[in-house]
Amino acid sequence: MGSSSSSMDHIPNAEELMQETGFSAAHLLRLYERFEFLDKDQTGELRPEDFGAIGGLALNPIGDRIISAFFSPGQETVDFPSFVRVLAHFRPNGTNRTRNGTQQEPVNSRTRKLKFAFQLYDQDRDGKISRAELLQVLRAMLGIQVTEEQLQSIAERAIQEADLDRDDAISFDEFKKVQQVSPHPQTPTKETPLHPTEGGR
Amino acid sequence: MVSRGLANEVTPDHGVDTSISEPAAGNETQSQHNTTGDSGHAGGHEVPIVTFKWHHVETPYLIALWILVAGLAKMVIEANHHVTNVIPESALLICFGFILGGMVWGADKVQTFTLTPTVFFFYLLPQIILDAGYFMPNKLFFGNMGAILIYAIIGTCWNAASLGLSLWGCHKGGAMGDLDIGLLQYLLFGSLMAAVDPVAVIAVFEQVHVNEVLFILVFGESLLNDGVTVVLFNVFDAFVSLGGSQIDAVEIIKGIISFFVVAFGGSLLGFVFGLLVSLLTRCTKNIQIIEPGFIFVLGYLAYLTAEMLSLSAILSIVFCGVCCQKYINANMDEKSVSTVRYTMKVLANGSETMIFVFLGISAIDKTIWVWNTGFILLTLLFIMVYRFIGVFFLTWILNRYRLVPIGFIDQVIMSYGGLRGAVAYGLAVMLDENKIKEKNLMISTTLIVVYFTVIFQGITMKPLVTWLKVKRAAVTELTLIEKVQNKVFDHVLVAIEDISGQIGHNYMRDKWNYFEEKWMSWALMKPSVRKSRDHVFSVFHQLNLKDAMSYVAEGERRGSLEFIRNESAFIDFKKKFGDEFSEAMPDIMANMSDDHGAAILTIHACIDPVPSVSLEMHEQTMKGMRETEDINTHHLLQQHLYKGRKQHRHRYSRSHFDVNKDENEVQEIFQRTMRSRLESFKSAKMGVAPPKTISKYSKKDQQQKVRATGCTITSIGLGIDASGYDASGSTFPMRVTYRAGAGIENPAFMPDMDPMTPIQIPPWLMEAELDSGMVAPSQRAQVRLPWTPSNLRRLAPFRASAQSNDSFMLADAPATQQRDDEELPPPPSPPPPPSNRDGGYM
Repeated sequence: MGSSSSSMDHIPNAEELMQETGFSAAHLLRLYERFEFLDKDQTGELRPEDFGAIGGLALNPIGDRIISAFFSPGQETVDFPSFVRVLAHFRPNGTNRTRNGTQQEPVNSRTRKLKFAFQLYDQDRDGKISRAELLQVLRAMLGIQVTEEQLQSIAERAIQEADLDRDDAISFDEFKKVQQVSPHPQTPTKETPLHPTEGGR
Repeated sequence: MVSRGLANEVTPDHGVDTSISEPAAGNETQSQHNTTGDSGHAGGHEVPIVTFKWHHVETPYLIALWILVAGLAKMVIEANHHVTNVIPESALLICFGFILGGMVWGADKVQTFTLTPTVFFFYLLPQIILDAGYFMPNKLFFGNMGAILIYAIIGTCWNAASLGLSLWGCHKGGAMGDLDIGLLQYLLFGSLMAAVDPVAVIAVFEQVHVNEVLFILVFGESLLNDGVTVVLFNVFDAFVSLGGSQIDAVEIIKGIISFFVVAFGGSLLGFVFGLLVSLLTRCTKNIQIIEPGFIFVLGYLAYLTAEMLSLSAILSIVFCGVCCQKYINANMDEKSVSTVRYTMKVLANGSETMIFVFLGISAIDKTIWVWNTGFILLTLLFIMVYRFIGVFFLTWILNRYRLVPIGFIDQVIMSYGGLRGAVAYGLAVMLDENKIKEKNLMISTTLIVVYFTVIFQGITMKPLVTWLKVKRAAVTELTLIEKVQNKVFDHVLVAIEDISGQIGHNYMRDKWNYFEEKWMSWALMKPSVRKSRDHVFSVFHQLNLKDAMSYVAEGERRGSLEFIRNESAFIDFKKKFGDEFSEAMPDIMANMSDDHGAAILTIHACIDPVPSVSLEMHEQTMKGMRETEDINTHHLLQQHLYKGRKQHRHRYSRSHFDVNKDENEVQEIFQRTMRSRLESFKSAKMGVAPPKTISKYSKKDQQQKVRATGCTITSIGLGIDASGYDASGSTFPMRVTYRAGAGIENPAFMPDMDPMTPIQIPPWLMEAELDSGMVAPSQRAQVRLPWTPSNLRRLAPFRASAQSNDSFMLADAPATQQRDDEELPPPPSPPPPPSNRDGGYM
């Protein structure tokens, strides 16, 4: 199925996308194949259900949030360029092969990555993680044997830790600051998402 | 007299029974037989009441004793993890072997027990390799097949050739004095040295947590190159027998052809045997008690058959395991599958332990030690250097074709992870002394290489890995939000990997999957299994199984299974809860508007011991309290944050086979995901079209049942109370464990409510209000009942489905209105609805 498109010609605006996202041609090609594979009814656009069909996501506690991160507000579908743009957040930084200096901020910069993560919390997109929003994430992330009280107190404490201006919510700046304070061993993992793939040639 | 006669009949067969044990031990046995056997005859006039017949049982007895000793050794070594954290277990076992060997040597003045090729290749190795094949993370393995094959075939040939030629060159240059070794013998030695040993590698890599691609590369390589090495060894062995002058181009070409025939023929044979096992397990329904045996017997037969046909036995058994795992796991009974898994681990671990211990013991033998500084040191140097060169060169080529290149650090670790092990030793001992004059030198060199790589490289591997990833810098205490955030990142990455199809999705794989779906599964799986095979469903199925098990266990704990027989009660028990919630909902929403402020206060006062309002004022006094609570909270997070799937899956571990924690998490998450999807689907549906049908359960019907079950609830509550459960326990960890049931309620029900509240009420507020609003019935029930309905909810559909076809829904969405129950689960995940609707999974 996927091989029917094994040429760059089929990808709309391939050049621009490569410029914009920094993906190499091989990456782009493979992502396109993947996109076509996910797009079961061949509409050229993905719906949330298409994502839902990926088995692994059902086992991901925040899978739904991540899926919704692919869709801009109000949109029911996502086309290939947008799909790639979202994925471009996860390209390792430091190896920008094709980027020229014209853009002010590459998609895969640390800030943009953090922004992506931030938006996973900030469901109402008001630029702040409220306590309720944090609580929702926590609820999804923690084992069901943790009681609601404990969840509450965790959320409370987490907010207090990060909340510098005492507005009982975490703004993006505060969020960024917390993540910067201590460089810890786990941070590097966020930069290598696509690693174990062999070329489909 | 009868028994004496029997003993005499059995004892003379010296030759037969010793083949199992170590031949050295056999020799010993034989000589003792000769001396003591006669005296036995002399004293045989009277009827003995009890006789001491050591020789009757000697061989099996010794084997059993050695197994016991090896097992105990492992136990002692694993008793203290401080040591094993620094020194790998394999190294410790070898050292333990040194000690044992020393003791035997001290007693006998001769090394009675050594590792012989027969024992090693026929009785110790197969199960280890079968285990590796059976537990092989298939997707990852085949995803990186190309790289693995290149490392295993070309890399091994390179190692063999380069080592042989370099040693020969040095020999010619006069670096090692006067040795009677020709070029071919050097190449033979090189080929036996080329095997990177999976046993040693896994033992070390398991403790050093490397990423899964690196792991599969090293693991796959070491597994396959064992096969390749043996083939190569045989080819060179044939050349050596032939003698240098006889070898011409034709023979060399024959050798190369035989190499490929042996390697691929072995793999193919394994594949065939794998299919055979799968087919066999299709029809073992009536003999479930012995079906696990088939896997082992046929696996072993695959090994022996390949050996008989002089094909690669190792490759054969690997592929047998790889091929059959999917089908036999599906075909066999769950119990049989667990049996296979555990038995596999027991056998593999046992032989691994034996191998290392005997590797140590074998060293304490004066007769094999021949020292040649030049030869030994040069070998050590060359295998190290050429390993590095080989890996770097091959990776350089591979990286040009790989989408995501293998990093520099990974290459270093791969090269450094080239541990040699028992396969090399086994081959060295197999050398023919007549053809190779310096056999003993080769054995001792092999032993030194093995000890050096396993012990020295094994110990330094971990520091090296940590050192190469120096980034970790200062270890500061993570804040809570960071901790959560790290996990969020993990999950995000896993999800993105899923979405982007992390492991290449390409044409070949598609074709294969199609073929596999259409033909192989059809041929090899039971029809009943095929239906319910998809992943989502199997998780659901396991969920039910687990619930049923714990359900029964709970009943046993209480000393009565009475409540289980009262079947209908529990289904409705859950429904009652659903009702309570839907009834409570309007109230909350109404109350919310005016009690808003009050609610906040209450919550702060009663739930959070450190209200945020007071924090600023009392910051100083709160300090102490904060700290302890901080610890608690961190602890809590540590324990209960879901781990990223990546950390668990795709990992082969020889010694650890614990799926429980992981599985539980997966189930939990899965359950929640399905529920929330269900919800979103429903709410969407509700908005668009009016519900079509009315449930078969009429309201009245249901209420009746509710009333009927009222008493059950209280009686269970009492039962628990009596068992000494302290609801007011306030220590953190304690609460976590004891309140397992209680905590479930909230998260489980929340998603149901969110979409139904038009007003923007922060869920945590609502939640709290809910709790306090319903204090009397529900909280008590929650606290008192570790087995609250939400636990049973999953079980319920299982039962309910016998009566109606709306099982899944009923169970998973208790808070929603009745009429919705007829709607089917969401389309997003295609798998569950049809199978559930069928009720076919029963």
